[in-house]
Amino acid sequence: MDLTILLTKAIIILVIFGITLLIATYSTYAERKVAAFLQDRLGPNRAGPFGLLQPIADAGKMFFKEDFIPAQANKWLFILGPCLAMLTALMASAVIPFGDSIRFGQYEIPVQGIEINIGMLYIFGVVSLGVYGVMVGGWASNNKFSLLGAIRAASQNISYEVALGMSIIAVLMMTGSLSLRAIVEQQATTGFFGWNVFTQPVGFIIFLVCAFAECNRTPFDLPECETELIGGYHTEYSSMKLGFYLFAEYINMFVSSAVISSLYFGGYHFPFAAQAHDALVNALGANTGHNVATALGTVVFFSKIFFFIFFFMWVRWTVPRFRYDQLMNLGWKSLIPLAMLNVVITGAGLLFNFNYATWIVVIVAVLMIVVSSARAPKGAVAVQRT
Amino acid sequence: MNELLTHFKQISATGYLFWGLALITVLSAIVVVTARNPIHSVLALIGTFFCLSGHYVLLNAQFLAAVNIIVYAGAIMVLFLFTIMFLNMRKDDEEAKTTTAKIAAVIVGGTLLVLMLGIFKAAQVGTYNPTTFDNKTGLVENLGMQLYGEYLLPFELASILFLVAMVGAVMLGKREAGDRHF
Amino acid sequence: MQLTNRSKQVSNKEMTLAEKMYLPAILQGLGITISHFFKKKPTIQYPEVKRYLGPIFRGHHVLKRDEQGRERCTACGLCAVACPAEAISMVAAERVKGEEGLYREEKYAAVYEINMLRCIFCGLCEEACPKQAVYLRHDRIVPVFTERDNIVYGKDKLVEKMDDRYVRNNPSVQATPTEPSLSRSVG
Ligand code: SF4
Ligand code: SF4
Repeated sequence: MDLTILLTKAIIILVIFGITLLIATYSTYAERKVAAFLQDRLGPNRAGPFGLLQPIADAGKMFFKEDFIPAQANKWLFILGPCLAMLTALMASAVIPFGDSIRFGQYEIPVQGIEINIGMLYIFGVVSLGVYGVMVGGWASNNKFSLLGAIRAASQNISYEVALGMSIIAVLMMTGSLSLRAIVEQQATTGFFGWNVFTQPVGFIIFLVCAFAECNRTPFDLPECETELIGGYHTEYSSMKLGFYLFAEYINMFVSSAVISSLYFGGYHFPFAAQAHDALVNALGANTGHNVATALGTVVFFSKIFFFIFFFMWVRWTVPRFRYDQLMNLGWKSLIPLAMLNVVITGAGLLFNFNYATWIVVIVAVLMIVVSSARAPKGAVAVQRT
Repeated sequence: MNELLTHFKQISATGYLFWGLALITVLSAIVVVTARNPIHSVLALIGTFFCLSGHYVLLNAQFLAAVNIIVYAGAIMVLFLFTIMFLNMRKDDEEAKTTTAKIAAVIVGGTLLVLMLGIFKAAQVGTYNPTTFDNKTGLVENLGMQLYGEYLLPFELASILFLVAMVGAVMLGKREAGDRHF
Repeated sequence: MQLTNRSKQVSNKEMTLAEKMYLPAILQGLGITISHFFKKKPTIQYPEVKRYLGPIFRGHHVLKRDEQGRERCTACGLCAVACPAEAISMVAAERVKGEEGLYREEKYAAVYEINMLRCIFCGLCEEACPKQAVYLRHDRIVPVFTERDNIVYGKDKLVEKMDDRYVRNNPSVQATPTEPSLSRSVG
């Protein structure tokens, strides 16, 4: 490989790494701000203008707290836990295509850590490893509540991974490739209404729900359910080890937002992207125009990501936590059959070259809702027994 | 020894990668059987799977590597860990080492060893023809074509096997009318 | 008995399909929360903006002087007896000739101390005082302590300064009389 390309790749990887960390840092700030605004409060506004230095203050606090390891804990595994959580969280962003490509001279370098033809499987693998950090940490703490939290995390992640994989299969069937870049490009060729969110509405909803569950975000944050498990798997953690766990959650959120945007919302593609690209190339010359167009696409991609991060927070401060049996019922009895149905209908649609086949599921569901609520007894509220 | 040295002088970066990976694989595999703490065993086993995936990548079989990690490291080992975490290992430690258990272990292990040796002696290492060799066989498209073309029947039979296993598991796990609720 | 008319009857009727699907209800909830996102926030930025706490707020103690500037307290000890937290202690002394301009009664408090760490700001001392000598100001709070020897307030901190006299019912006060300048008697 050419040294220049190697160097550019290294820079891109470092930049992606830095951006991931930066976004995760400011997600903690955004989370508190969004929570505050949704609850008619103002949120942090003392550290720096608008409280913008709050994450740095928090990090400083985390670093200077006592790093405590319980006497009965398994010391090395206790340390390994947060490291694993952080590692797996950071690994996933390597294959996400953040933009088209940068051209200089004769080189054309895609704005992406690495382009592999099994990008989706890679992300899937990394996500499935994410649970180890939680499990190892929870077990090593040698604490009932931590262990219960870890076990909940494990069973929840395994359960929802199945539905997650199934919902992606429908998208893969439409694209015929496992590469994220190919998926984005395919959506770019079919235009705005070719975005997978329009061709795969059911798959999108399933994927979204599973993404929430995989990130352990409310309403699926049972592993750290305070009311039952104190802090769940991170009960015994303090200082920056705790910080790593919390940080990993935000990185996971960023990665899932990025994956959702590129799988279902066209990634760095936006309506009239091709026209904008042509206009820019005409105006600024082949290379500069192309690079500016790429930058535009990247900005669009990041705004999609930010919207989904906001959405994650919005849902967190709206929906209460599920009960454990509700969680399992939803995963195994609703989402997985629905995902299978989705795959079958998509396949049938592809057979007849009809991309919008899964809307049938949506239409049927809406019809059933209308019928069932029409037949439901109106205003019949049973008097409470005293 | 000299032979080995000259070999190491000749091989490329990929070769070093292979040897490094192989070393780690064997080491973590040894840890799997020697570790006293089952959790450490499981973690070492996960490490072994990772190294195996690395080998798959070196063989240009990325799909297999990813699936190996998703299925084995990501799901099956999680379940292993899950089960072992429930055991109270401090108590079990002593019970597990009765004489009968030791003898049984030796017999089973010995049989396996003999079997393996026999197989390795009898088996022929496959060769390949460099002119017709296609290094893209392991990639997902080609693998899919092979699985759904030439090997369709075994593939479907395997899926039926899984279905049967799944139904069996559900049957075992199902609570009958009069069963005790745990 | 109903306390408010906002209570709802709980019913265990079977859920309709729409309710079982969660999604419509979740969308509704998202709508409610996002509407709050854009609402005006009722927060008052405390140290910069202070709220008027009303004329009956019980804050910093003050030992009043009368119109001629004489201390009103006669060291009767009724406030100390009334105090549920036993925060007040005092040492009485007899007024000697020439001190008539300083003390109103023949007996006065040579030492008058309130332990602010014990005080619960109940205002019973104010109620008990027969001489209208001790009051809890409504316009000033006892600041946070950082040193141990700042806890017990002596006469130096309690007795009213002549240039900073305290009037409770100041009709000209409109907004935030926690600023001392606003509650000084006008004229
Ligand atoms: S306010 Fe209450 S507690 Fe404080 S000194 Fe007066 S009587 Fe005692
Ligand atoms: S403040 Fe009032 S009650 Fe207390 S000692 Fe003085 S005169 Fe008596």
